[in-house]
Amino acid sequence: MDNRSLVSIDDYTKEEILEVLNRAAEFEKNPNSNILEGKVISSLFFEPSTRTRLSFETAISRMGGKIVGFTDASSSSTSKGETLNDTIKMVSNYSDLIVMRHPIEGSARWASEVSDVPVINAGDGANQHPTQTMLDLYSILKTQGTLENLNIFMVGDLKYGRTVHSLLMALSHFNPTFHFIAPVELEIPRAYKIFMDKNKITYHEHTEFNSIINDADILYMTRVQRERFADPLEYEKVKNVYILKNDMLKDTKDNLRILHPLPRVNEIAIDVDANPKAYYFEQALNGVYARQAIIAKALDL
Amino acid sequence: MTAKKELQVRAIKNGTVIDHIPADLLFKVINILELDKCSTSVTIGNNYKSDILGKKGIIKISEKFFEAEEINKISLIAPNVKFNIIKDYQVVEKSVVEAPNNVEGIVKCMNPKCITNVEEVYTKFKVMSSSPITLKCHYCEKITDHKNITIK
Repeated sequence: MDNRSLVSIDDYTKEEILEVLNRAAEFEKNPNSNILEGKVISSLFFEPSTRTRLSFETAISRMGGKIVGFTDASSSSTSKGETLNDTIKMVSNYSDLIVMRHPIEGSARWASEVSDVPVINAGDGANQHPTQTMLDLYSILKTQGTLENLNIFMVGDLKYGRTVHSLLMALSHFNPTFHFIAPVELEIPRAYKIFMDKNKITYHEHTEFNSIINDADILYMTRVQRERFADPLEYEKVKNVYILKNDMLKDTKDNLRILHPLPRVNEIAIDVDANPKAYYFEQALNGVYARQAIIAKALDL
Repeated sequence: MTAKKELQVRAIKNGTVIDHIPADLLFKVINILELDKCSTSVTIGNNYKSDILGKKGIIKISEKFFEAEEINKISLIAPNVKFNIIKDYQVVEKSVVEAPNNVEGIVKCMNPKCITNVEEVYTKFKVMSSSPITLKCHYCEKITDHKNITIK
């Protein structure tokens, strides 16, 4: 196992998180370099994820690295029945770093144990997606000037949303106050409440999405997905409750920024896009800088 | 001293007596301790009357003494099992099983989408709580609780 791998956000200490975020700021100032010259990076996407893949490939290209790999499992030998173990053993002989997206949970940890080179997890099923968390943190740091003592509001599907869970864990280093706004069916899982209680983190739960957001520094929106509901009637009841509209922002704080991991469906009304507090498209661009910093750290560059 | 009860299984001279095994878990205990590979004499009895369990199993293994690690594996399925160390027909030590810190290779992860259930990967768990036993998968990071523990 190569311990420079990034599989789960917990693999980084608070100091490492801050180190990578500082590095991301440097990459934002000077995105183009040759520090990956002569390096080959494998980009293994066992399931398609255009946004994440393009973000990684842009990051690698801007650092002068070469990319080999595939964009979905049907064009890899997995379709012939090769195990992940064998694919990773073979690919780690060819390249200096592996970026992997895989639908099976725990696949990234397993790959990092099989591989001789570092593995960066670009999403393993519903489990972890740490580079998303790092770009979320970078977006928060950039817009608020700090990660400490912020009022973080999370809205929508807090039960299944892995981005919510990983961000919660990462922010726990920085004394946040959380507000969770979700239907009862999609409330934050008990395991995370136990975690926050243990770590003395203040949190509040709400089912109403209204003027309580006037206290927020960050509003982190997620999509409420129809397929999460056993009863379609329950979905119909809540589907329009957690939609952010521009008029809800009129009394919010000036420093408030709205984040969303994207893709959005209807949970943020289009009229919000023009509001200077909308930050989700810049957030996506920050992903390139955050990933440049993560790659550089994994390769000790 | 209480009156000496009639032994339900013949005594052994040296070895280990495992008592108070819930009857329905006897064969799992045999598997976990890999008694099928044991070369000394093993006596296995089941469905004996027990005041606490209703029916219980007993295993007597001659000339065999278990490491704490092996004993603790049993805690995953049956936390009240007792191990008696016998030397020259006398019980010289009694130990109740304790939950280990880590569990490797014995338990199946309850998450069907976990890599350990898709490929041949040796399972690894961290013990989050010992009673009731709660395990966190090293790979998929999901919790397997005491109600869902299956022994491989």
